[in-house]
Amino acid sequence: MTMTTTQTTGEVTYLEAISQALDEEMMRDERVFLMGEDIGQYGGAFRITEGFLDKYGEWRILDTPLAESGFVGAAIGAAMMGLRPVVEMQFADFISCAFDQITEVAAKNHYRWGAAVPMVIRAPFGGGVHGGPFHSECPEGWFFHSPGLKLVAPSTPYDAKGLLKAAIRDPNPVIYFEHKFLYRRIKATLPTDDFIVPIGKADVKRPGSDISVITYGAMVHLALEAAQLLTKEGIDLEVLDLRTLVPLDKEAIFATVHKTSKAIVLHEDNKTGGIGAEISALLAEECFDSLDGPIMRIAAPDTPVPFSTPLEEFFLPKTADIVTAARTLAAY
Amino acid sequence: MDLADVNSEIKRADLLHMYSYLRLTRALEDRITALYRQGRIVGGCYTSHGMEAIAVGYASALERDDVIAPFHRDMGAFLIRGITPGEILAQYLGKRTGPTKGKDGNVHMGDLKRGIIGFVSHLADNLPVATGAALAFKMRGESRIVFTGTGDGGTSRGDFHEAMNFAAVRKLPVVIFCNNNQYAYSTPIRYQMAISDVVDRAKAYGMPGEIVDGNDVAAVYLASKRAIKKARAGEGPTFLEFKTMRMHGHSEHDPAKYVPRELLEEWKTRDPILIAERLLVQLGYGDETYFHEVGERAKKEVEAGLEFAEKSPLPEGPEALEGVFATEGPDGCANADQSRSAA
Repeated sequence: MTMTTTQTTGEVTYLEAISQALDEEMMRDERVFLMGEDIGQYGGAFRITEGFLDKYGEWRILDTPLAESGFVGAAIGAAMMGLRPVVEMQFADFISCAFDQITEVAAKNHYRWGAAVPMVIRAPFGGGVHGGPFHSECPEGWFFHSPGLKLVAPSTPYDAKGLLKAAIRDPNPVIYFEHKFLYRRIKATLPTDDFIVPIGKADVKRPGSDISVITYGAMVHLALEAAQLLTKEGIDLEVLDLRTLVPLDKEAIFATVHKTSKAIVLHEDNKTGGIGAEISALLAEECFDSLDGPIMRIAAPDTPVPFSTPLEEFFLPKTADIVTAARTLAAY
Repeated sequence: MDLADVNSEIKRADLLHMYSYLRLTRALEDRITALYRQGRIVGGCYTSHGMEAIAVGYASALERDDVIAPFHRDMGAFLIRGITPGEILAQYLGKRTGPTKGKDGNVHMGDLKRGIIGFVSHLADNLPVATGAALAFKMRGESRIVFTGTGDGGTSRGDFHEAMNFAAVRKLPVVIFCNNNQYAYSTPIRYQMAISDVVDRAKAYGMPGEIVDGNDVAAVYLASKRAIKKARAGEGPTFLEFKTMRMHGHSEHDPAKYVPRELLEEWKTRDPILIAERLLVQLGYGDETYFHEVGERAKKEVEAGLEFAEKSPLPEGPEALEGVFATEGPDGCANADQSRSAA
């Protein structure tokens, strides 16, 4: 994965934006507390909660036993009793240990008997960091299919901060997919005032007229890079960053395709049965008359995420894949 | 149960209250079973026949602001927490007036206003949830406690162990019980675990535990009271193993032929209602006439409930689409959602 980075002082990284959101929400609302492995004295595997223990104490920065199902279940119970837990998965991959609590308890609770579960699960996801099959996954597809959960996946420091604040203030279980590759690679200057990015709203990261690239997470930056390269060839990409995966901003998806008549759906998750498949189906159902070419999907192949550098590079979608697909579509 | 203990530690009114709920639970579940056999109740139909003393005993030992996270053999606890026989029958019949408005069936019901966390079929899932509720109480310095449990089969699941461990590590105000009714569906306990007493599992987590006669409502009540007192005093969790026997099948469709007849015959003599009556007679609190009256009253209450449930409307099909997401935070419990400052 390659990426344009900016290194301006005074700006905050994607990681710092997450940390700021947690800190500000904890100051704003005493019901907010954090749970997870090694988040206290150690400050979390990625140091997002560094210094939090001294500021908030060991109950609001709660180091848990190594038991994801147990602490996600506990977060559900605390949420029902009026607290606002934010749970940290050390890596999104480990979320599978808590699958049952998330899909059977948290997701169905309000539907079944009307008890809201306002909690956030932070899930550091994605590849490009030599993590191998157990530290690189994109597990959002599993939860995309589970009614009752909201899923967000920010691509910029601004969205990272605003979406995390919105997630903490939402009365539903929200899984917050933060991309590890972006942690220290992108920076931005953020407003000093309190702000949120509403859940359920996609964002056009680059307006264009020829082809829509519908994507989220780290792939947004690949799409922007491809768009830059293609300007030389006179192909004008529009990049739609979904930001929220559930509930999907269908209006924005249809609007961009009505505008450009061509769509590339791009994600880092495995191709089959992924979120791209759903978006493609929606476009076929709702935008058939507007389409001037086939819907194209770019995604990782249907394998686990491999470790060795050439294997992982092969596995991950690349800027060149987008350029090639765009050239093909431009010919229609 | 030692008569002197009962005399000094349980008030007459409390014993009679528990007896009335044993009878109400039995009457309600007898009715539910009959409705199932008539084909008027569909789906799963789990009852607590022969095990009523557990839920009645522990729920009677709790204070109003405490919370329970029960499992599917705890009908008495739902009743004592205030869900009416009418609402429960509406739930079984899939009516809109049931606690889940037809979204879920049988004992899969909860109500935060009455301090009940809804049960999910995945056994032991509610235990970590219960520890989280207890964590909230501890963090806020409240004196409320949580009472939760599962069956012998449920103690095989990881969530049981994760919850036991977390509760002990953080000294949470929670009581965790096991209803050891010797069978998990058809699987006898000898294929479930290599120990004879489930309570031994508590030792591994540094948690005190106790074996209790689950068919003796006074014993269940007193053991629960002791554990609750400790939890409320900040002394951490206790594990209670209630020994009992499942007298019906796993669900009412199941004739449970895998259970030896002699075992059922033996446990029939230890019926929790009989044990409670014997105690009440010994204490001079009740006689045959009184027991008959209480039984008849329970049946009448159930029949009135059934009338309410039958008259209640079924939900309309499109209501299936409602309620996937919440628009506001949890309500009902003390200190629950306050208006958010910047939503």
